[in-house]
Amino acid sequence: MTVLLRLVLVLFVGLSALAPATFARDPVEVRSPGGIVAWFVRDPSLPILAIEFAWRGGSAADPDGKGGLAAMTADLLTSGAGDLDLQAFARELEDRSISLSFSAGADTLQGGLRLLSREAARGADLLALALTRPRFDAREVERVRAQILQGLARDETTPETLARRAFARAAFGEHPYARPARGTPDSVRGLTVEDMRAHLARRYARDNLVVAAVGDVTPEELGRLLDRAFGALPARAAPVDLARVQPPAAGRTIVIRRPAPQTFALFGHQGVARDDPDFFAAQLVNYVLGGGGFNSRLMARVREREGLTYGIGTGLGVLDRAEVIQGSFSSVNDRIARAMDIVREEWAAMGARGLTSAELQGAKDYLNGSFPLQFDRSDRIARLLVNARLDGRGLDWFAERQRRIDAVTLEQANALARRLFDPAKLTVVLAGEPQGIAAGE
Amino acid sequence: MAPPAARAQVFEPKTFELANGLQVLVVENRRAPIVTQMVWYKTGAADEVQGVSGIAHFLEHLMFKGTTNLAPGEFNRIVARYGGRDNAFTGHDYTAYFQTVSRDRLDSMMRIEADRMANLTLAEPEVLTERDVIVEERRQVVEQRPSSRMREQIAAAIFANHPYGRPIIGWEHEIKALTRKDALDWYARWYAPNNALLVVAGDVSAEEVRAMAERHYGPIPRKAVPERVRPQEPPAVAVRRVELKDPRVRQPSWSRAWLAPSHARGLPGVLGPEMSDALDLAAEIIGEGPNSALARALVHDRPLATGAAAAYDAANLDLATFWVFASPRDGVELSALEAAIEETLARIVRDGVTGEDVQRAKRRALDQAVFARDGAGTAARAFGVAFATGKDAAWVESWPQRIAAVTVDQVNAALRAILRQEGHTTGILLPRPGS
Repeated sequence: MTVLLRLVLVLFVGLSALAPATFARDPVEVRSPGGIVAWFVRDPSLPILAIEFAWRGGSAADPDGKGGLAAMTADLLTSGAGDLDLQAFARELEDRSISLSFSAGADTLQGGLRLLSREAARGADLLALALTRPRFDAREVERVRAQILQGLARDETTPETLARRAFARAAFGEHPYARPARGTPDSVRGLTVEDMRAHLARRYARDNLVVAAVGDVTPEELGRLLDRAFGALPARAAPVDLARVQPPAAGRTIVIRRPAPQTFALFGHQGVARDDPDFFAAQLVNYVLGGGGFNSRLMARVREREGLTYGIGTGLGVLDRAEVIQGSFSSVNDRIARAMDIVREEWAAMGARGLTSAELQGAKDYLNGSFPLQFDRSDRIARLLVNARLDGRGLDWFAERQRRIDAVTLEQANALARRLFDPAKLTVVLAGEPQGIAAGE
Repeated sequence: MAPPAARAQVFEPKTFELANGLQVLVVENRRAPIVTQMVWYKTGAADEVQGVSGIAHFLEHLMFKGTTNLAPGEFNRIVARYGGRDNAFTGHDYTAYFQTVSRDRLDSMMRIEADRMANLTLAEPEVLTERDVIVEERRQVVEQRPSSRMREQIAAAIFANHPYGRPIIGWEHEIKALTRKDALDWYARWYAPNNALLVVAGDVSAEEVRAMAERHYGPIPRKAVPERVRPQEPPAVAVRRVELKDPRVRQPSWSRAWLAPSHARGLPGVLGPEMSDALDLAAEIIGEGPNSALARALVHDRPLATGAAAAYDAANLDLATFWVFASPRDGVELSALEAAIEETLARIVRDGVTGEDVQRAKRRALDQAVFARDGAGTAARAFGVAFATGKDAAWVESWPQRIAAVTVDQVNAALRAILRQEGHTTGILLPRPGS
């Protein structure tokens, strides 16, 4: 860390009660000669560089009947490119200690490159090769297809996965968010190399690319690396045309019967959007109900007081075109009904009475205080920056986030709680052999 | 490619000892204004008396249930109020507790961690409720997962005599019989400053840590702690097969485990502990990535498996195990896969790995020492595990030199010694037909 940054940091520690938690990690914007913009934190304390990147438009944009296309393509991008077959490509990465990976989320395609800064140029070249000249050798395509099909077969007997799929179907109906991201056995069997090449050309472009970097290079060097890595991508991605979708207003209970010692329970309803003025009020209220680990109301009752589960938690799920508040836990089959009763009681109590000022302050203390703890590894910091950019935040987001949390009043939080929590709207999925609780509208 | 230069040190820790025997290790890391405190106790599931399995892990849970100064749950509330994260974990050789907080909260964390080193109080109702929680934990992390059930069964078969064959979480019928007295006896026996290591990693100096540690941990009296003497394993002379059928399995899987030395204890008549680094590189060379011998033979050259790998972890107080895993592709008989694996292993034993293989693996391993410094958690964990498994800080720091010194002959000697053992344990996880 530079002397200058250290001074900033020491000042922050002295003024921690007043200053927002930005310390030395505020990013700067770097624009490459070719026009690619990255958020960047320069950190010369270790000779490494982490670049994280994402393209808007993920598996939810897979064409009808081609479910799993984005995921399978991402799996194959590191299976050989240019003159390098799978093994030669892997050997290049191994011998230079370069990590390169791709994955597909519902709304974005993502990737990460982590290397020793001495290998930065070669790493950027290999990334470019993977993006622009992947081989899709038949042998690798069939190997990856076989792996995906095995995973899908395993999903069929995994209560948690079955429950998540059933919840998505109940919440999102015919919308692509309801489709399994890795496709179905039928759709995966039908995916071709032509499909993957077309997907690559449509979705991996420069105008939908979001990049952030943390590490030991200069901004100028980073600019050149960005052009090397991403400069040859098409200028524009095909538009993603997806509607917004809301979970149904009427709750229901779905039971998936599977032989298992425990039942996995998943429950939720409409949540709060990222750009909603009440987004942080919702985060705070969620912390108190079920987001706060051992300190949440649900954990206190379901685990600590009654010993019904190893863990229960809730969270705000935010997609680009839908949002839910959702929770889950596992309990032995003959006690799941009791545990679900408590969930409904607490859900209703939060809607009716909201939280106390002490609870609100505790939630603020945690959400603000714990945030810097994530800044402990270059690739995680870069990923946080990418996510902030994807969410439409500004360079000062980490300070702004704390201001918004601090600004939430008890009245606002409780008004949000009244608007948000309604046990009658809960979609509940139970996977296992639940006793004393039945499916129903 | 030039051979890599070994770094002199990895984490550059500072160590000292309090008068009551508490070992303290500080890793300064100024990259973010946060700090991690970990306390490692030299006791784990392998120290349990037969018939009382699960007590080490049970006590780990109960350490959050209050002291003479803190009410049940208050520990978590304090950590959360300070914006911290905390948790704990139990292994066969250790039990560890940690919090990560902003640097100005370290003193408070030490106060409450030191408090529960000496002042635990347990109320009967809390103990019984927590026992239910652990039974649910066991259902969730073992019973619900076929691969976890399989691992538990294989471990029980590998170890005929050593307590590493017992699950860390305990067998369900024994968990259900654990009492408040069992927990307090365990606490009284093992929890003492002279049986613990305090690791502090992050934005803090050794001098600051020393002052705080003296204040909070210093007053805790030392006490007599038993030697950790576990029943040792007889030579593995038999070929053991464990077959588990589970209705949730769709795709079979295959694994084989051999006894191996750890970094602290040799396997008599087979291989000494000084060969653990060579064995570490051997596992990486034959079993990691698409260029490894196992992946080439089973996944790529012939499409028999969707994956194949080898694994070895030397960081045990007593023996370790060396593993090979594979999953057949659809339509491939398990017996055909097993024959191909055995053929591949026989070829590895016969031909050995090459000097180039070893050079490449060493280079990768040494680069990992740089990445290990990115993020404070890696250091704290490495030192804690070493401490609890018979090694010290110097051992962790000498890792680059040790890796750099390994020769191809050592790697091949280690591989041959392990894979030529008469006895080993094969685990086969199968679907249960008709379900």
